[in-house]
Amino acid sequence: MHLDLSEEQQLLKQAIREFAVGEIAPGAAERDEHARFPSELIPKLAEQGLLGIMVPEAYGGAGYDALSNAIILEELARVDAAVALLVGSHNSLCSGHILLAGTEEQKRRYLPPLARGEKLGAWGLTEPGSGSDAGAMRTRAELDGNEWVIRGDKQFITQGSTAGTYVIMASTNPTQGTRGISAFIVERETPGLVVGKLEKKLGVRASDTAALHFDDMRVPKGNLLGRVNEGFKDVLAVLTAARIGMAAIAVGIAQGALDEALNYAKRRRQFGKPILEYEAIQWMLADMATESEAARLMAWHAAALRDAGEPYLRIASQAKLYSSEVAVRSTSKAIQIHGGYGYLKDSPVERFYRDAKLCEIGEGTSEVQRMVIARELFR
Amino acid sequence: MDFALSEHQLEVQQKAHEFATSTIAPVAADLDRSGAIPPSIIGEVADLGLLGCELDFVAYVSALIEISKEWASLAAVISVHNSLVCYPISRFGDAEQKKKYLPMLRERKQLGCYAFAEPSAGSDAGAIRTTADAEGEDFVLNGHKRFVTSGRQARVAIIYALTDPSKGRDGLSAFIVDTYTPGFSVGETNEMLGLRASEAVDVILKDCRVPASNLLGGLNEGFAIARAVVEGGRIDIAAQAVGIGEACLEQSIAKAKDRQQFGRPISEFEAIQWMIADMSTEIDAARLLTYRAAAIRAANPGDNRLTMAAAMAKLFASEAANRAAYNALQIFGGHGYLTEYPVERYFRDARAMTLYEETSEIERLVIERELEKR
Repeated sequence: MHLDLSEEQQLLKQAIREFAVGEIAPGAAERDEHARFPSELIPKLAEQGLLGIMVPEAYGGAGYDALSNAIILEELARVDAAVALLVGSHNSLCSGHILLAGTEEQKRRYLPPLARGEKLGAWGLTEPGSGSDAGAMRTRAELDGNEWVIRGDKQFITQGSTAGTYVIMASTNPTQGTRGISAFIVERETPGLVVGKLEKKLGVRASDTAALHFDDMRVPKGNLLGRVNEGFKDVLAVLTAARIGMAAIAVGIAQGALDEALNYAKRRRQFGKPILEYEAIQWMLADMATESEAARLMAWHAAALRDAGEPYLRIASQAKLYSSEVAVRSTSKAIQIHGGYGYLKDSPVERFYRDAKLCEIGEGTSEVQRMVIARELFR
Repeated sequence: MDFALSEHQLEVQQKAHEFATSTIAPVAADLDRSGAIPPSIIGEVADLGLLGCELDFVAYVSALIEISKEWASLAAVISVHNSLVCYPISRFGDAEQKKKYLPMLRERKQLGCYAFAEPSAGSDAGAIRTTADAEGEDFVLNGHKRFVTSGRQARVAIIYALTDPSKGRDGLSAFIVDTYTPGFSVGETNEMLGLRASEAVDVILKDCRVPASNLLGGLNEGFAIARAVVEGGRIDIAAQAVGIGEACLEQSIAKAKDRQQFGRPISEFEAIQWMIADMSTEIDAARLLTYRAAAIRAANPGDNRLTMAAAMAKLFASEAANRAAYNALQIFGGHGYLTEYPVERYFRDARAMTLYEETSEIERLVIERELEKR
């Protein structure tokens, strides 16, 4: 039992903190205001190794483990959750799926450009009529000679309009529900890939969320990712791993809210003393700090289990469930501590509050997490 | 970063688990109603190596969780003995004191108790009124203590009294007092909602004469000692709360699978699944915070992160245990309200966790003060 970061991990945390404060934080409010995608940050993120976090060095990545990934995402989200979501989804979903299920040739071809940031990654599971219920998927893929012909619609696709490489799930055996799902690697230039509506969102507004339409989109036979009809197993593995990332993002938002609230409470004076001296404020800060710390340990625990090759399905769901709810509670308290100033766009906590809500929804809602947790416990 | 218990820690945990499930579980309910822990059980705890404070702290916490799962009263008695009596003697005592008292508290299976609180002083140490007046080679203690766990059985007491009343809490000193000393008497048992076998009592000190050689640490250093021991105490209570929470979760899972309503097990209703998922999530979080504090302390009791880590563990785990106990009772329905099932006892015992050795309110103050220092 040893629950401290190693020296190397502490240095990584410090380095990412400095990068996030120096490069990401300054434009965060402006990007949020205009829902502007952080294109200018992509080369910088790539330079830091953040677009190939867990991709082995052999494929051009940084070769970090899951715990380091959690540390990185927390520090990014502490200043800008939209950038953290970009990095998280690019890595955990798109590259993560290729790493998990790709052939050697697919990994060599697709991972290096993703890791170098030449191409951004997107991952398409959700549809207008199916989110967590993947068995209801309606996108179809049919083999026609040497090509898969894919028809259907996807929704809520992060990096939907900016990605260069997509991993797309489609049904190859519609009568079999989740046992008929397959995954495909799709390049941006593929004829029939149409980017649809760019979504306007409550939070993580600088993140690119788009609908996709597949209009008889033809994909080479060799772009099947994993085995035919067995894609759902990989989808679950990818989602489970990504939940650790979402948990880490939630922890980062909660920590960012605590940083701001503590600073504000020290500066702000009412009735002749700093509001930090009122127990009502102290209570909120103590609960925010305690809950954030618990959430962080849960995310790290899930990551450490993953790194050790042990089962972590329930632990990842618990980490994601808990930390996302902590992020929402903490950002709400941070606004409360800021009073009217927290309600203004000038204040980062206003943005954190909106961003936090994403964490209770993305990669499986809180309700789906509770379902997963209970199912595991009632086995 | 390593979340796993070491081989040695696992061994200690396993032994405690066997003791708790085979020896304690069958008798806990009846003994709790009787309001006392038989000396034979204390003897078995000592034989397991769980009395004293030599054990690796993480291993100790893992054992305490196991015992708390079956009987929190026993865990409370062990905690007081180890963290509030043995630990201060071992850390602040002189060679003579250690030689005289530690073997007695360890191998000779004599319990220790801790007398700090008074009818009008708990977390506010400055309100303590018990006095210790120097008279020749002795100190003469007078006062009234409350919530003295194991007070009736204990052979050794650590008593906090004012040696310089003008200085408030900075005029407190700690004394090791043999409970057979004339002038030391046990008053009323504190009839409590839970932890009913922990035998919390009032202790009356009337011209209780203690040799000066029994002063623990320096004169007027009592408050510093109390503060140092309270960190271990916080982790102990966090561990007790984790144990109660785990027990509530396990009982609830079993009950929900077994109990049929409307033609199916209640585990198939989302309302029940939600409660179970939240209990599991919060208890896991509580366990992580508790082990983190324990690991910091095991590595270095002087680590400046320990105060906040221990306070967070105690605050979070004690509150989570109460929510878990509430949900467990809810899942058991009317049966949970009967003394026939253990969840009724867990529910009452859990309530002590947010109160004793500092309330949740004090923990929040401590956490916030540490935050300000960052």
